[in-house]
Amino acid sequence: MSLLSVRDLTVKFAMRDQTVTALSQISFDLGKGERLGIVGESGAGKSITGFSLMNLLSRPGFIDSGKILFEGEDIVQMNEKQLRSIRGNRMAMIFQDPMVTLNPVLTIGQQMVETLMAHRSLSKSEAAHISVLKLREVYIPSPEERLNQYPHELSGGMRQRIIIAMALLLDPELIIADEPTTALDVTIQADIMELLLELCQSNKVGLILITHDLGVVSQMTERTLVMYAGRVIEAGRTREIINDPQHPYTQGLINALPQQTLPGHRLKQIPGNMPGLGALPPGCPFSPRCEYSVDRCRTTLPEIVQYAGIEVACHEVKRLHNADETQEQSA
Amino acid sequence: MSTLSTNPEPSRLSRVWNSNMAYSFRQNPVAVVSMAIFLIITLAAILAPVFAPFDPYDPAQIDIMNSEYPPIWVDGSDAQFIFGTDDQGRDLWSTILYGTRLSLLIGLCAVALQAFLGISIGLIAGYVGGRLDSLLMRMADIQLSFSTLMVAIIFLAVTQAMFGSAAFNKYAVYFLIAVIGIAEWPQYARTVRATVLAEKKKEYVDSARVLGFGPLRIMVRHILPNSLSPIFVISTVQVANAIISEASLSFLGLGMPPSQPSLGSLISSGFDYIFSGSWWITAIPGIVLVVLVLVINLLGDWMRDVLNPKLYKG
Amino acid sequence: MKDVTGEQPLLELKSLEKQFDLDQGFLETIKMRGGKFIREKRAVHAVNNVSLGVERGEALCVVGESGCGKSTVARLVAGLLAPTAGEIHYDGERIDNRSRRAMMPLRKKMQMIFQNPYASLNPRMTIQQTLEEPVKYHNPALSQGEIADKVTEVMQSVGVDPSWSRRYPHEFSGGQRQRIAIARALTVDPEFIIADEPISALDVSIQAQVLNLMLEAKDQRGLTYLFITHDLSVVQHFGTRVVVLYLGSICELADTATLFENPKHPYTRALLSAIPQLKDDKPNHIRLRGEIPTPINLPQGCPFQSRCAYANDRCGAEQPRPLQQPDGSMVACHAVEENRLDT
Repeated sequence: MSLLSVRDLTVKFAMRDQTVTALSQISFDLGKGERLGIVGESGAGKSITGFSLMNLLSRPGFIDSGKILFEGEDIVQMNEKQLRSIRGNRMAMIFQDPMVTLNPVLTIGQQMVETLMAHRSLSKSEAAHISVLKLREVYIPSPEERLNQYPHELSGGMRQRIIIAMALLLDPELIIADEPTTALDVTIQADIMELLLELCQSNKVGLILITHDLGVVSQMTERTLVMYAGRVIEAGRTREIINDPQHPYTQGLINALPQQTLPGHRLKQIPGNMPGLGALPPGCPFSPRCEYSVDRCRTTLPEIVQYAGIEVACHEVKRLHNADETQEQSA
Repeated sequence: MSTLSTNPEPSRLSRVWNSNMAYSFRQNPVAVVSMAIFLIITLAAILAPVFAPFDPYDPAQIDIMNSEYPPIWVDGSDAQFIFGTDDQGRDLWSTILYGTRLSLLIGLCAVALQAFLGISIGLIAGYVGGRLDSLLMRMADIQLSFSTLMVAIIFLAVTQAMFGSAAFNKYAVYFLIAVIGIAEWPQYARTVRATVLAEKKKEYVDSARVLGFGPLRIMVRHILPNSLSPIFVISTVQVANAIISEASLSFLGLGMPPSQPSLGSLISSGFDYIFSGSWWITAIPGIVLVVLVLVINLLGDWMRDVLNPKLYKG
Repeated sequence: MKDVTGEQPLLELKSLEKQFDLDQGFLETIKMRGGKFIREKRAVHAVNNVSLGVERGEALCVVGESGCGKSTVARLVAGLLAPTAGEIHYDGERIDNRSRRAMMPLRKKMQMIFQNPYASLNPRMTIQQTLEEPVKYHNPALSQGEIADKVTEVMQSVGVDPSWSRRYPHEFSGGQRQRIAIARALTVDPEFIIADEPISALDVSIQAQVLNLMLEAKDQRGLTYLFITHDLSVVQHFGTRVVVLYLGSICELADTATLFENPKHPYTRALLSAIPQLKDDKPNHIRLRGEIPTPINLPQGCPFQSRCAYANDRCGAEQPRPLQQPDGSMVACHAVEENRLDT
């Protein structure tokens, strides 16, 4: 049985004059210790997915339908008490801004000990001991001293390490990381990512990594979901998606990266913008920006189909693929 | 390259109607009722000469024999006088209408003066910064450490003594506007300065500087329009405060003379008769004053909720 | 591309320094140390002794991590900040000590594009007003019709539909706003553009659109760019030369191709190896010790010594000066100078 199994998750937002669908029938599975990347641009619904998995959505957002089975139990149906026993305990979340999670008026030690004692029957000194071990695991120098420091006394990279230590505190089975390194510098980002990867592998923790950065996903995850306008448009093994993307949007996203073009030449851009959730076009949401779109794309929503080992929601995927091959042959 | 749908340009009116502010107004019954009452009071005050059956400023229409008639729902009333009459025989309804007009006029003009002084000083202090900022803000601190009423009482008492009662009464409206206006400018200056300091850091101000625009243009064209929200909020509260200040001063005999009563001087003039049974001379204008100030404050509260940048991201 | 040798660069920074005082009032400078009161002024050393030239027609990229002073350099050049020491020359004339009025003619030649398109447009002005204002201000003699023509022309050239002109910035997405911000900079027909992280707040697919737009403008209008960014893949694509800054000092200055093929400074190497690669899944980046120190009261010697694997006693005592290398790049590193690096 998989660790997490999401089925037809639909999330809506009750806005003042209409109800918009922010997530539409998201389905995926995550095995124990597996690492999944969720990629998309802002507004694609990737953060909302993360929040929904913890059942943390707040007004005006709500889960409209669907199931989130965590080891067979449906998170959507749980009451507050059951949720509390899962959140932070068996499922932890890491946010982009460490200061969202860290309380500025409590020391690191107080926060870690408090979390431990809330979920486990431990004495204060035992909790402190575990905290030190966890801080050591994330390579924080002199962890005993850090326990007495306040979050603002630490640098950004150090704070994000502490967040990771806190997420691992209760040995969760799943970590959801929402853009964990976007606020950090490249050299620090590389460090933190390496650390996160190492910890997930050694502790057999499942990871859902939400990010806009294809490079990060490529290095960190085994499988990837690509989201666009609240839908999963492509899902499969990360390596295959990066090397041979099937959906025109994923192709566009990868081709738009400056590395894909000779210096000084025009980048291959995707024209236009992602539509707002309140103003989705009929048919495929990507069709107005898609160079391959035909009439059918503008009228009917594409179903997810299997193609070359990848799940892809595109009517024209076969034609696309043939076009690719003829191009390669002629080249 | 453009994918933005070319919707027809919405009209200005529908844009206002569909704005967040209009929407939250429609959703908030307290705000709607407050606004309605405020508009009724204001309209009645502006149109006082139309609504009022008598002219309280015309001695020919006042008969001392009519004094202290109770309101019509009390025994011994006279049908001409809905709310009864005061100690001089003036129709209370007409006097309240004219008095509300005066109170609103003084309140609004005083706030306009406060706003003009406070916004100019706050803009300059916030934008220029440095020593000028310190100097202006210390002045504001000193001004704030005197209570408004204390300053006003001293100023009005001295002017009354200097010019004599007759001359003072003639220009009482202007004196009141000036003293309430000058005493309260620091409220505006501080709010505006704080907003300017926040706006000044934003990149659109930098881009205006890079385009070479002068400080006056940047302050007035760029920063001021983006600092209006807190100014609106503080203005409603200040109008209510100014009306109360005026009423208090008039009540103490330092404001409007009894021949030209505002709500405050009406309450004051009825106060002597409250124990002889003529409670209405004080009570009815008192209720009008309380309702007026209350609805303005409720509108201010609603506006603060809507315009609070933390709750509402524009 | 650079057949202008002998000619002076368009923009020249000479030993530029900028410090921000942390303790401003007199009272803030008084501190307790070991039971004694002492007067101490702390300052952030944002830019230290930076000298460089921008040639006409090139795109010089300034890269570095947060706190390295790259945005401060942009703001100094734009005249938004006054340097603590050093000089800025534009077209041979010193500009850092000019009054606002004396800067006016220059404002038409030098414009800036900002990082955050959500903050760089005045939210209370329509697109039309935003774009008209600089034209009117700098060309008071133009008629209303000429101004409108100019605005329409600029809007079309950056792909902004002129029918949007009566809308307000909040009605647009980030990419569209950045186009409008670029259009505003172009309304005065500048020759030099300072771009401070112009695409880092945008989505990937939109980044490509904006970068293309900036490249087009460069070709069509012959623009020179000073491009500030933290994203090395953008540098590789966009820049003709690169300056790497660390803690306000220049580490390395080289042609883009040279820098990416053969980075010399240990910091540049670490930076390059840290970019997440798309096709190669083995993270093999050079791990740096620790984190960037604060730029308050800098240590003696090389600013990078605390994280450098090659640091020795000399690095702790003496700050390295940028030295010309055989391939034309400038590198400020004792280890490179002494050939201690394993290449």
